[in-house]
Amino acid sequence: MVKRKKPNLSVKIGSLELKNPVMVASGTFGYADEFKSLIDLKKLGAIVTKTITVRPRQGNLTPRTCETPAGMLNSIGLENPGINKFLQFKFSFLKELGIPVIVSIAAEETPDEFATLIKQLEPVNEVSAIELNISCPNLQKTKLISQDAQATFEVVSAVRKLTKKCLIVKLSPNVTSIVEIALAAENAGADALALINTLGGMSIDVKKRVPKLGAWVGGLSGPAIRPVAVKMVWEAYNKIKIPIIGMGGIMDTNSAVEFLIAGATAVSVGTANFIEPQTSLQIISGLQQYLMDNNMQNLSQLTGRLKACKD
Amino acid sequence: MNIRQIEAKIISNQKLNGNYGHLEFESGIIAKQAQPGQFVNIRVVDTLDPLLRRPISIHGVSGSKVKIIYEIIGKGTQILSARKPGEFLDILGPLGNGFDYLRLAKTAQRKNILIAGGMGVAPLVFLAEKLKLSKPMILIGARTKKQLLCLQEFKALGCVVKVATDDGSSGFKGRVTDLLNVVLSQTKVAHLFSCGPGPMLKAVSQVAQENKIIAQLSLEAHMACGVGACLGCEVLTKNGYKSVCKDGPVFFSEELTW
Repeated sequence: MVKRKKPNLSVKIGSLELKNPVMVASGTFGYADEFKSLIDLKKLGAIVTKTITVRPRQGNLTPRTCETPAGMLNSIGLENPGINKFLQFKFSFLKELGIPVIVSIAAEETPDEFATLIKQLEPVNEVSAIELNISCPNLQKTKLISQDAQATFEVVSAVRKLTKKCLIVKLSPNVTSIVEIALAAENAGADALALINTLGGMSIDVKKRVPKLGAWVGGLSGPAIRPVAVKMVWEAYNKIKIPIIGMGGIMDTNSAVEFLIAGATAVSVGTANFIEPQTSLQIISGLQQYLMDNNMQNLSQLTGRLKACKD
Repeated sequence: MNIRQIEAKIISNQKLNGNYGHLEFESGIIAKQAQPGQFVNIRVVDTLDPLLRRPISIHGVSGSKVKIIYEIIGKGTQILSARKPGEFLDILGPLGNGFDYLRLAKTAQRKNILIAGGMGVAPLVFLAEKLKLSKPMILIGARTKKQLLCLQEFKALGCVVKVATDDGSSGFKGRVTDLLNVVLSQTKVAHLFSCGPGPMLKAVSQVAQENKIIAQLSLEAHMACGVGACLGCEVLTKNGYKSVCKDGPVFFSEELTW
């Protein structure tokens, strides 16, 4: 009997090397210490932090979450302690973990804030990559940066000049053409794209005739949005060359594999962290098994390998 | 404190008065750690709808058994009420910070008063057990007699039990905070502990302030993660937003801004 080698799960996202392609999505995992007694954090491919802004943010009015069919709405509003307190109080736990830490950042008013944020993060060696969140639906803006190709190009170009770190750009699904925005980010020098942020949504309490969220509207996540996310990953994969980190309702190995086949190089587990904290670790071993079952040695044999339908 | 995720066996699951249920599950680890005011986050079913866990406060422990009481309001609690003894529930817990009662005098000349509204009785029975040497008084408010829960449990613990119903079908007719005012005019009070709907807690908080008494309030909120990660269940305090699930659910009334 031929002894088969264990498949290799490592992937590369720009300059960032991950021992496996499973990360936890921004805003769904806090700063990781919240989960330390529940899962072995060191096994994760990477951790993406809750989005950080220059100044501390209180976030939106409550209620901020509401359950929907196979999903949930949130309108947290980027509550965070600001970059200084993040580095002072939250980062030491993360850097001790010894796994890649991707810091998610957002600008509240003007894109200039990204310069301030990058200036503080660039010298920190343990910041493995930057995720540019230009797609948060909870900032009460009329238009998000990632809803405009030109604005996306300008902001990403400006940030690109300021950082040598791996630069991931997180895009909104609330657009007419994800390809157009994805190309703008790629042309501006992004190393990778994170697809997708939440879909705009609203839910109403019919008894009281009031919105269920304090901010009235929010972002939809969970398995309900997975087909939308898979399609956007597939559309972008066909037009761009940089790696894609796929996310949106990943609940188990099969849903992660779906994203990889559609063209993702890595995946992020988000809402599932609230429901089953073990999800990401289960997917890591599930992927190992999937590759073995399908006689694959590494993930490049899976990414983007969608076959045409046959009758 | 260590939060655990446990596949816990259901020991019993029974319908109570009104629309309430009482469930016991087996978990030595949670039973050993649990403090009054803490809660568990339960995955009632492993399908995708309902998606989120249901946060439910701990009603008591005995040996390795943990008890909860829940109100059947929506799909999640409906499913929970149909779960059978012998089946397993995926449970995160114990979660949050419970009541701060250890520093209170064991036998008090001043009474500790527990004020419950509706489901709020659940954690207060657990607390009454811990405070039983000081013979606390419990005031229970409900819309109607049918919705009164746990009266016998409080009596068995030696508590003085007083009831207020909106329709006067049992005890004092009116709000439980009006009953509290009556009690305060007759009794020397040490400390208030309360759990119930938001408006009731707000009223308790006001009474506490007027009478210069310390009150600890256990809040309810919509939650997703239950561990302080999503920042969904925030409450505004004098020190900014705090997470009901992680910093609470019990807060001192003077900390909250209503």
